[in-house]
Amino acid sequence: MRGIVKRFGDTVANDGVDFTVRPGTIHALLGENGAGKTTLMRVLYGLAARDGGEIFVGGGRAEIRSPKDAIRHGIGMVTQHFSLVEPMTVAENVMLGAEGGFRLDLAAARELVAQASERVGIEIHPQVRVDSLSVGERQRVEIVKALSREARVLVLDEPTAVLVPQQVELLFEALRRLREQGLAIVFISHKLREVTAISDEVTVLRRGQVAGTAAIGDVDERELARMMIGRLAAGVRRESASAGGEPVLSVEGLEAEDSRGLPAVRGVSFEVRAGEILGIAGVSGNGQTELAEVLSGLREPTGGTVSVDGEPGRIPEDRRASVVGELSVAYNLVLEDLDSYRRGPMLDERAIRRRADELIERFDIRARATDSVQGLSGGNMQKVLLARVLAHEPKALVVAQPTQGLDVGATEYVRSQLLAQRDAGAGILLISEDLEELLALSDRLVVMYEGELVGSFEAAAADVEEIGALMAGLR
Amino acid sequence: MSFILDIVAATFRVSTPIVYATVGDTYVQRGGMLNLGIEGMMFAGAFFGFLTAFGTGSLWLGLGAAVGVGVAAALLLGFLIVTLGTSQHVAGIGVTLLLIAVSEFTNRLVLGRPATLPKVETFDVLSPIDFRVVQQYGLTYAAFLALVPAAWWVLNRSTFGLRVRAVGENPEAADVAGINVFWTRYAALAIGGALAALGGAFLTLAVLGSFTLDIVAGRGWVALAMVIFGRWRVGRAVVGALIFAGVYSLQLRLQIVPGWDAVPYELLIALPYVAVIVALALAGRSVAYPGAYLRPYRRA
Amino acid sequence: MPVAAVVVTFALTAGIVLAAGANPIDAYRQFLITPLQSEFSLLEVLVSMTPLMFTGLAVAFAFRAGYWNIGAEGQLLCGAIAAAWLGQHAGGAPKVLVIPAMLVLGALAGAVWALPPALLRTRFGIDEVVTTLLLNPVALLVVSGLLNGPWRDPVTKFPESPRIAGGAEFPQLVDRSRLHLGFVIALVLAAVLWFVTTKTASGVRLRAVGLSPRGARFARIPVERTLLTAALVSGAVAGLGGVSELAGIQFRLTEGISPGYGYTGVVAATLGGLSMIGVTAAAFFLGLVNVGAGTASRVLDVPTQLGEIITAALLLVAVGLILFRRYRIVRVTA
Repeated sequence: MRGIVKRFGDTVANDGVDFTVRPGTIHALLGENGAGKTTLMRVLYGLAARDGGEIFVGGGRAEIRSPKDAIRHGIGMVTQHFSLVEPMTVAENVMLGAEGGFRLDLAAARELVAQASERVGIEIHPQVRVDSLSVGERQRVEIVKALSREARVLVLDEPTAVLVPQQVELLFEALRRLREQGLAIVFISHKLREVTAISDEVTVLRRGQVAGTAAIGDVDERELARMMIGRLAAGVRRESASAGGEPVLSVEGLEAEDSRGLPAVRGVSFEVRAGEILGIAGVSGNGQTELAEVLSGLREPTGGTVSVDGEPGRIPEDRRASVVGELSVAYNLVLEDLDSYRRGPMLDERAIRRRADELIERFDIRARATDSVQGLSGGNMQKVLLARVLAHEPKALVVAQPTQGLDVGATEYVRSQLLAQRDAGAGILLISEDLEELLALSDRLVVMYEGELVGSFEAAAADVEEIGALMAGLR
Repeated sequence: MSFILDIVAATFRVSTPIVYATVGDTYVQRGGMLNLGIEGMMFAGAFFGFLTAFGTGSLWLGLGAAVGVGVAAALLLGFLIVTLGTSQHVAGIGVTLLLIAVSEFTNRLVLGRPATLPKVETFDVLSPIDFRVVQQYGLTYAAFLALVPAAWWVLNRSTFGLRVRAVGENPEAADVAGINVFWTRYAALAIGGALAALGGAFLTLAVLGSFTLDIVAGRGWVALAMVIFGRWRVGRAVVGALIFAGVYSLQLRLQIVPGWDAVPYELLIALPYVAVIVALALAGRSVAYPGAYLRPYRRA
Repeated sequence: MPVAAVVVTFALTAGIVLAAGANPIDAYRQFLITPLQSEFSLLEVLVSMTPLMFTGLAVAFAFRAGYWNIGAEGQLLCGAIAAAWLGQHAGGAPKVLVIPAMLVLGALAGAVWALPPALLRTRFGIDEVVTTLLLNPVALLVVSGLLNGPWRDPVTKFPESPRIAGGAEFPQLVDRSRLHLGFVIALVLAAVLWFVTTKTASGVRLRAVGLSPRGARFARIPVERTLLTAALVSGAVAGLGGVSELAGIQFRLTEGISPGYGYTGVVAATLGGLSMIGVTAAAFFLGLVNVGAGTASRVLDVPTQLGEIITAALLLVAVGLILFRRYRIVRVTA
């Protein structure tokens, strides 16, 4: 790929990027969230139209305008959030978009699946429905899908984001096998350790531009980190852990089902004390989402009890779905308390405006009170939610994935706000997939696996390997 | 006994237009879309099929015209909801209103307001053996013996059907796999439109032989409801259509049974519609709607 | 945008006018200008606009909350039934008593008809589009049943109800025109609903539910209760439309009392951008087209259904244009 340019409105996601991959190598595309890695690969795969630059495949110029073109040129992609049709079987998913006769040749599909499975080195049953597969298995189906179309280039977008350490190793083995077979593999990641473990070459992207390209043997981790970040981000320093006061949130034997009616939370008990942060670690899909929903009042539990001191403040996982995008910042800030702004039958717009301006100031929201929330950046949207929640000064806070998808500045802000609340005496339940974040913020840590709590640690004494093992269900 | 056979025979006949429309709408809904233009498509199919047959003397041309109108309307709706991504509810109602208005306009313009209703010679009833139940129109046979099995096979066992299902469940995944989401959705709509119009034409070209303004009377909505009732499976939707037609035929016969004639006949006609609502309520929560139902697709 | 929609629609339908053998310019002049040129026809436009205001407001209010009420047609008919019943039993009672009673009863009837689909939606999550839709033919059948049975006019023997009592008739607003109290009631309703949706806390909550049910739920807004209320209010407003048509224009119940007002209400609601003021303006325009269709058909010998074609085409064009603009904007920035 040469000189690739891609713009989204005013933002330049890719600014003249050159990127080359050789067959039989694993080439990592490294960078922070928002550096432009995914965009670059989406351009390659025809999911995004480029604004400048050219693509060459196998020496010849390639005009790629849709995934169909990309597939024809032998490019296969495993997207971050998987592109599988859940109620369909593996075989049907593999057949999606395949050229072929009018008749669905399921026998041929089974053959393809068997062949590809062998190449990757694992076993997959073609007749199984995708929605009954685990995350790791689904990822393998994705790889098999790509291989079944004779991919010569395989792009994996943050493949380890949903895997535990042991599964990551399995994936790496599979990738090494494919590399021996001559495939060119692009491995998108923001995790330095993994990149150095698996790749042969690495290209670092920073703010849409190439910060450097090198063979793995020629650089060390510190250089790569510097290329990634540019400046050194001030870490959030943890105060010493506090012992905590009275419990503000107690959960006893809680049970809940997920949206499909399958048990997701199986008898969970814990308590969060005032002035402490309890972190819940775990790979996504082990019931944390449902637990957060129950505690936020968005889901009815099927068993057990929850006692909270007052109304818990909630920072939700999906911030876009938790605001009313088309309403203004001001309305979103006061949405829960509209009744207290009434003057007779009417709403007191000026009082609302005053309150909104106050909160915008206090919480560093970079937007006007009249802006509609959907145009805000992720960070500012999160600040609006924070403002709404914290304005009530809740004694208990339930926080889920608070810094997901946020840039460095917003992440620092959110984390410091959480610590400030803790210091002010609130009890915080922090659910996060980011182990580093949990270790930095929590006083105590528990791990959630398949709906149950396994293992409890004082954060200061936490053993990362032990936690990883518990997250994978290994004890 | 002959009372029951009568009802069975009538059920097949009455259900035919709904079966056509509901099989077509299964493709549309499986593709993730809501076609509120279905009533208008049946209406326009009934009218333009009749008009063409009346003008050319050929019933088959009439059927062809109906299919043409249905497809054209479907493409219009497709432009609005697939390409532009407008509200499927509003666009569908708009298409229904437009089709009905255009049909009535053309009716008035071309046929005027004659004293006697224009008529065509309808299709004959096929009568292989002298048994009421199997004395049905060719279109009815075609519906149950050919259309339904073929439609099931295409939806579940063909590449095209796989694409339609994928596009309705997870269009992002379909796009990533190289499927053209837009074309597939347009195709599903075209099938829905063609079959709905064909169902309408059945009413004028086979059953009635003429066109009246209340000829469709909400059967399009029933067909749409049947798809949901049948949980988006071809076979079950057809069963639903048979149930509606059965209750309808039953109530027609009940009117002449002594003792029942005190019941106002409108109440009995309303019964099947209410039955559909009750059936929908019993079918329960809308759990298994196709994953991308009502969501226009845009590459993110 | 509305101007663009009108222009595009007329351009598109010009072909149909030509096919009918008339000059499009003449036809459109008949449609849009002529009705405004005489006091009588202008008042007729207002008469024509009245039922569309009721159903338009009803539909817009529900759509605003995210509740797809396509059953305004049936709800209107139920209001008319209630008004007809009271009108026949009013005896010699004075208007001051009968009219408010009719309004209350009609609103209740409309709300009751809207209740089952609303409950199915809020309790069981069953999509209201199909359920509200299916109740429309049922309502019409109830009307037919009454008119062919117990309410058949004993004098004329036609399937129409006896004329309602004098005390039940809406007063005329202007001499020698058909403009009646219903018009004023509709305007008042528009003002009230406008106030509620834009100036009250409940209105903001209703809008939030319509714009983002998940966001509203997260803000602890009772989504189901809001939907139910919106559905019932919508049904009541549509029911009032039925009372208005019966007591202001028709004075007896007939099968043709609503030539699709419920569906045209969807058109008015959409053209008006779901705002109460917009709906009023859209209803005016549609009334204009309606009256114009009548004049055009008389003067130019074009079937009156042209008006319906224009109405439907207007809806599709308007809806298409709204999104065409948004689509282009999305494509540029995405």
